[in-house]
Amino acid sequence: MAKWATLAEAIAAHVHDGDCVALEGFTHLIPFAAGHEIIRQGLRDLSLVRMTPDIIYDQLIGSGCAKKLTFSWGGNPGVGSLHRFRDAVENSWPRPLAIEERSHSDLANAYVAGAANLPFAMLRGYAGSDFPRVNDQIRSITCPFTGEVLAATPAVRTDVTIIHAQKADSKGNVLLWGILGVQKEAVLAAKRAIVTVEERVHTLDAPPNACVLPSWVVTAVCEVPRGATPSYAHGYYERDNVFYRAWDKISRDRELFVQWVRRNILETRDFAEYLRLQGEAKEQAILP
Amino acid sequence: MSLSYTSDEMMTVAAARMLWNGAVCFVGIGLPSTAANLARLTHAPDAVLIYESGPIGAKPSVLPLSIGDGNLAETADTVVSTPEIFRYWLQGGRVDVGFLGAAQLDRFANLNTTVVGSYEKPQVRLPGAGGAPEISSSAKEVLIVVKHSKRTLVSKVDFITSVGFGTGGDAREKLGLAGKGPVAVITDLCILRPDPVSHELEVASIHPGVDRKAVADSTGWQIRFAEKCAVTEAPRATALEVLRDLKARTAAAHGAQRDQA
Repeated sequence: MAKWATLAEAIAAHVHDGDCVALEGFTHLIPFAAGHEIIRQGLRDLSLVRMTPDIIYDQLIGSGCAKKLTFSWGGNPGVGSLHRFRDAVENSWPRPLAIEERSHSDLANAYVAGAANLPFAMLRGYAGSDFPRVNDQIRSITCPFTGEVLAATPAVRTDVTIIHAQKADSKGNVLLWGILGVQKEAVLAAKRAIVTVEERVHTLDAPPNACVLPSWVVTAVCEVPRGATPSYAHGYYERDNVFYRAWDKISRDRELFVQWVRRNILETRDFAEYLRLQGEAKEQAILP
Repeated sequence: MSLSYTSDEMMTVAAARMLWNGAVCFVGIGLPSTAANLARLTHAPDAVLIYESGPIGAKPSVLPLSIGDGNLAETADTVVSTPEIFRYWLQGGRVDVGFLGAAQLDRFANLNTTVVGSYEKPQVRLPGAGGAPEISSSAKEVLIVVKHSKRTLVSKVDFITSVGFGTGGDAREKLGLAGKGPVAVITDLCILRPDPVSHELEVASIHPGVDRKAVADSTGWQIRFAEKCAVTEAPRATALEVLRDLKARTAAAHGAQRDQA
């Protein structure tokens, strides 16, 4: 059964140095608050996994939390590059970052394999591309029935998966809707799962077939309103496109980035304080 | 309304024309998404737009900024998970057209969105594959939209992220890929199509007012012009009007959010 906890308690209890961690979300419901808390608690040597690492991974990588990244598309969606990610790959700053690069189709299949407790994913993919040359984990398997050669890649199994969702009930059953990405599979492929939610409700009132994660597959659930900001939560708030654009400037410069992390994450108590700070900055038009 | 238009508008209109009504189209973000939505709003109202984040049959009222914008989900016939999009819909053989962009494209229409320079010590680390490798192998055919420059159209890509025709000739056929590969590359100067035998891209149609030298000077290999190289039909007033409306609505929507924030 999921335990209700504060985000700080959940991260401290369930995320450890050296863990393999996925904070999933496909543009929607990105667990920003949880990422900030990982930075705030100074976790190190994480092997991060994510199909679409975006700003929160840029912040984690730039803060030196990660030693490895497994991914299939790393960018600032709608804006451009992830400059902290690029600085880590191109210049090893603030530390070298090992990368394991795959395609979306592969990683999606690999989460499915992890959720299904299978050792590998299988897909029609990679033939003729340069990926197998740079990633020796991309191999092949021959179909025992037809002889067709298919790509085989390792399943994703994480120590911890963290997602953000719209609601959880008092027992810790979680409901999410809208663009779902691979969140359900990522939770089921994890040893432990932390879910932050917009609100705690008495009952979910979810229709049949809704995407519900039962309490007993979730380790900890935390109420963090606006916890996906600056991404969006369908039915709650819009994406803050201004922040995504502003991040391009902040992240280009090491010094500016370090200052931003210190002021907005390390020197704030929690995400609520961060949001207050951001709100004040916006009122004074010193973005963000 | 004047019929003057920009080279970007010419590119988008030419790309939109390639999409037929009823086509099931897997759409990349950016230029492909603009072209696919223009097609849907003009001659192809029944085109089915699929985005890799999960929306099937998306009918966005404004252009999405990111591949997972809420407007895509709200206007879609259905929204499925990302594994389902790739497994049942793309690999399942249900996609007629993959609509892609790229940072680099070579003479055999191989695409690079991974690195400029060597993989181990890249000059520029690009975002990576996303859905493109399997779109380019599994969609029944592929359309590519890129701005024409020597940096983009190179003789040989630094990294094959998504395979077009490999080393040319029957290389793609030998790989046993499900789809037939790129059928056209639409740029702001011209339309390139693969030669039926060598599969090297050649200019099939030049946009009005563009001369051959400009195309040759902007291409990173000795570009050939098809024997029957045509002149692309200029954009019609209706298409331009719809495109400009769409862009104005998009700017207003994303701008409005800026004022709120």
